[in-house]
Amino acid sequence: MTASAPAPAPAAPAADERLAPVPLLRRLLGRPELGAVVGAAAVFLFFSFAADSFLRASSLSTVLYSASTLGIMAVPVALLMIGGEFDLSAGVMVTTSALVSSMFSYQMTANVWVGVLVSLLVTLALGFFNGYMLTRTKLPSFIITLGTFLMLTGLNLGFTKLITGTVSTKSIADMEGFPSARALFASQWTLGPVTLKVTVLWWAALVALATWILLRTRAGNWIFAVGGGADAARAVGVPVVRTRIGLYMGVALCAWISGQHILFSYDVVQSGEGVGNEFLYIIAAVIGGCLMTGGYGSAIGAAVGAFIFGMTSNGIVYAQWNPDWFKFFLGAMLLLATLLNAWVRKRAEAK
Amino acid sequence: MTPLVKLTGVSKSYGSIRALRDVSLEVSAGEITCVLGDNGAGKSTLIKIISGLHRHDSGTFEIDGEETELANPRAALDRGIATVYQDLAVVPLMPVWRNFFLGSEPTRGRGPLRRLDVDLMRRTTRSELLRMGIDLRDVDQPIGTLSGGERQCVAIARAVHFGAKVLVLDEPTAALGVKQSGVVLKYVAAARDAGLGVVLITHNPHHAHLVGDRFVLLKRGAMAGSHTRDSITLDELTRQMAGGSELDELSHELARVAQSGPQPPEPAGPAGTTAPPRDDTTR
Repeated sequence: MTASAPAPAPAAPAADERLAPVPLLRRLLGRPELGAVVGAAAVFLFFSFAADSFLRASSLSTVLYSASTLGIMAVPVALLMIGGEFDLSAGVMVTTSALVSSMFSYQMTANVWVGVLVSLLVTLALGFFNGYMLTRTKLPSFIITLGTFLMLTGLNLGFTKLITGTVSTKSIADMEGFPSARALFASQWTLGPVTLKVTVLWWAALVALATWILLRTRAGNWIFAVGGGADAARAVGVPVVRTRIGLYMGVALCAWISGQHILFSYDVVQSGEGVGNEFLYIIAAVIGGCLMTGGYGSAIGAAVGAFIFGMTSNGIVYAQWNPDWFKFFLGAMLLLATLLNAWVRKRAEAK
Repeated sequence: MTPLVKLTGVSKSYGSIRALRDVSLEVSAGEITCVLGDNGAGKSTLIKIISGLHRHDSGTFEIDGEETELANPRAALDRGIATVYQDLAVVPLMPVWRNFFLGSEPTRGRGPLRRLDVDLMRRTTRSELLRMGIDLRDVDQPIGTLSGGERQCVAIARAVHFGAKVLVLDEPTAALGVKQSGVVLKYVAAARDAGLGVVLITHNPHHAHLVGDRFVLLKRGAMAGSHTRDSITLDELTRQMAGGSELDELSHELARVAQSGPQPPEPAGPAGTTAPPRDDTTR
């Protein structure tokens, strides 16, 4: 029992009874997107039967368009949630970005591209502000971004009224650079019966980029680590502060894309818009498998979540139901998705 | 042979509290030095000095025979001293291979194509764990699904892979069951056999005596004894660790145990039940 000499370590132990084989089904259940994909299939089947016009190609383009406008924001919000934080200011930040771009160009009578670039800088600064405040004060992101949300809501209305005298901006449609900016942010093509909006391309590109970052780069590894265990991450040398600020700036970047789309789809911006959209982004991310507590989720899941949103919001119209029911659907799906995620997490963390 | 780490007469005070007084310790390559002591004996302070979190006030701290002061944990890591704390610094929801390389991920490609070398990461994780005797079926499973002992082993394997010469283990068996403790002690022995010096902090003399080459006993911040394996038996080690007034109580307890058969004398770690892993290592 208390042998005197240290002995060599044994070779690898033979078949270890502590490790049970993992069935394929359980592995699939371990994917964050699973709940969303199953949900999307169910919603698709449901509306295929409930609404005759749902399966038409033109309906598909409408569904894709609503999914893409939400999806462009749901992707960075999903990354942020995987990193363990919220951004309640994301919805109004989109409006802020559009307002800054529009009003700067109009007031300075500059090329609209100048306004677009100024808007990019301002929006990124807002994202940086969120991240910086969060990491410096160590207050919950809920409080910090709630503050930003309220401040931006006020600034949007206040500045717009101050500058234009009304609640919306002046039209910039006749200004220099408008056509080219519109081509980038709000163009569309007609392929037979399908109208494809450029936002769908932006959305697809962002999903691909976010997935690449999450799964194949060091930054992605850090995002998961910061959300799943910030102290452990710090202890092994992960730049936690930089990762968090970067995530908020990612949300800001996408808010800029989204804001420019809104501006160039029309040519004016309503200053009171965007309030409440932040919850839609979070819902899409959660339905897509992101954990509210961080450390788990995927960009593709958030995209599927946005697609479910697009199908539901338009499907109800095609089925000629009262759209009042839409919010009920959204709430029910959110609950179901959260329950599924909680269950997955329990299995993943089971000892 | 020059010891990898040698502390001579080291003291440390926090304000008016003398946490550590005149403690000496050494660990050489391929050796395990156990630091034993009850709660509040100064074990944590000692680790913090070795791992670079705190600086000692007096005495000398030599690494490879060269007197040193470590500015921070990074400096300790650069000198080859890796510390595995009780919380292990792992992210439960992340796969084992991502955890293994967290913070030091290898990449390939350049510019925007710079990406994780996933194949290398997976392969290395598997082979490094195998080298420590852990045969994982799947390095993709979240590390939270591993048992406490296995997670401890992954943390040790990670420290070994990233070039640690000295491994400081903070109570690796404290939260573990008897069998799990055995598994961890085996990997501690494996790290020793790989040529590392190990500082094993524990309050369990049974675990210490199974693997230790040297024993340093701490009591209320001071050294209560320093022994080599040849110079002390398990009973003596246990007695010394209990020490003083507690000794009477313990011997009373032990006497009753002797009468009523092989009942475990204390919950921490009955020698009889931790023996099997040791048998494995001697085979």
